[in-house]
Amino acid sequence: MTISRRVVLHFPRLLVDQPIVYHLVKDYNLEFNILKASVTPKEEGLLVLELSGEQSDYEQGMQYLTGIGVGIQLLSQNVIRNETRCTHCGACITICPTSAFTLELPSRRVNFQAEKCIACGLCIKPCPPRAMEVRF
Amino acid sequence: MGKTIAEINERIGKGQAVVVTAEEVIEIAADKGIKEAAREIDVVTTGTFGPMCSSGAYLNLGHSKPRIKFGGGSVYLNEVPAYTGFAAVDIFIGATALPDNDPQNKIHPGDFNYGGGHVIEELVAGKDVRLVAIAHGTDCYPRKKLETLLNIKDLNEAVLFNIRNAYQNYNVAVNLSDRTIYTYMGVLKPNLGNANYSTAGQLSPLFNDPWYKTIGIGTKIFLGGGVGYVAWQGTQHNPAVLRGDNGVPRRPAGALAVIGDLKQMKPQWLVGTSMFGYGCNITVGIGVPIPILSEEILRYTAVRDEDILAPIVDYAEAYPQRQPDILGEASYAQLKSGKIMVREKEVPTVSLSSYAKAAEIAQTLKEWIKRGEFLLTEPVAPLPGVEAGITFKSLEEHPI
Ligand code: SF4
Ligand code: SF4
Repeated sequence: MTISRRVVLHFPRLLVDQPIVYHLVKDYNLEFNILKASVTPKEEGLLVLELSGEQSDYEQGMQYLTGIGVGIQLLSQNVIRNETRCTHCGACITICPTSAFTLELPSRRVNFQAEKCIACGLCIKPCPPRAMEVRF
Repeated sequence: MGKTIAEINERIGKGQAVVVTAEEVIEIAADKGIKEAAREIDVVTTGTFGPMCSSGAYLNLGHSKPRIKFGGGSVYLNEVPAYTGFAAVDIFIGATALPDNDPQNKIHPGDFNYGGGHVIEELVAGKDVRLVAIAHGTDCYPRKKLETLLNIKDLNEAVLFNIRNAYQNYNVAVNLSDRTIYTYMGVLKPNLGNANYSTAGQLSPLFNDPWYKTIGIGTKIFLGGGVGYVAWQGTQHNPAVLRGDNGVPRRPAGALAVIGDLKQMKPQWLVGTSMFGYGCNITVGIGVPIPILSEEILRYTAVRDEDILAPIVDYAEAYPQRQPDILGEASYAQLKSGKIMVREKEVPTVSLSSYAKAAEIAQTLKEWIKRGEFLLTEPVAPLPGVEAGITFKSLEEHPI
């Protein structure tokens, strides 16, 4: 059975330079799509991937990651925007760690790119009309 | 050259009025010059859509059988307390009111999920609201308790009455401390992590009429998706602040008190709002038409974001301690670019008021006027200007 999962990978500092995604592809036949990659100020790596492949390959791939010390967070919840409540103010833009919100010019409407969202939930309460909602 | 409001209304009635938004007028004035633009244009429409705390609505609930006197008793709408210090069945619901059992900031930062602003939004949306009232009972108003569902269509009056809206300029809020702070200007990240501002800049009503030459008491406006009026100057109206050469205030200055029939407003333009760690509020849509009576008025409406400056204020220390210090000024063009420099650091900026929605309001008001549905009014009295000698007072404590 082929599956597709969105995962957030947290890399400790010493793994940041390792070709980990390459191993996922080569050794576990997984296809990937990088949704977000960044290095935090503490020099830990953050990678958000959409992975697809055979379920057994996926599970072994995850085991490999855990084994080398990568933290895995499965995106089982979704954060969506209630389009009728969003006022396009922009308060969320500087809150989101993955830059999922961008200002569209010249209209100055605020775009929400769901594929960049890692469902961290940080934007939910700072949004004045509470337009961002968690779905499980 | 000069036009009168009566002449402009005549042209509106015939469907001949030339109406443009405060954004569009900038280019027209640059292309054709002030003189020609003033000759051609009859009305410039402005707009703003942001959180405005000093807002609320008064309601006349009608008389129950047997009668109950809410006046002096307690009334809750969806658990949010309303003010009852009026006659038997008049109440006032304020945008920042919170349910008695709201945890507020006991665990900081509090959520403030539901308050008076949300009640107003639900009323306007035509939803039933739960009323719970307790009264002391009198010979003429015997009832002591009442619980019922209320709907806006069953009320005698439902009137939005906001005592301070459409502030003419406002602070840019930053945080110099090393912890995140939760303010009415939004969440401010430590060490100048972000800068939040809240006006529509070149589209904002009072930036387009900096000396209150056309906007006065009785001016008919777009309010919450319906029609309203300027009732008075807003509270804290403070015209005598530092101004630029163009007359535009460089500090928070004038404000409007506005009033209008809530029954014809729309929930899309009156949105219950929660400020994380601060409280509840309502986001209000306001649009004011400016009649182009002279070249001078047109010149004011052609103001651009780059010509409007706002003060940058630290909300960790200076604001709460009422210190007058500012960290500098930024133009709305800089603010809207997404970053400003504060203390040699590049700080990302965002707005709490929606420019996109402000533009939609100005556009909507423009359509109303062009279609002849909205005539302008002559103010019955001006708003106090600099000459009124208003001084801004702080609360100085006196021992009791
Ligand atoms: S903070 Fe909320 S309302 Fe404002 S743009 Fe973001 S999602 Fe929309
Ligand atoms: S939950 Fe909100 S803050 Fe977190 S990544 Fe998604 S959009 Fe950004």
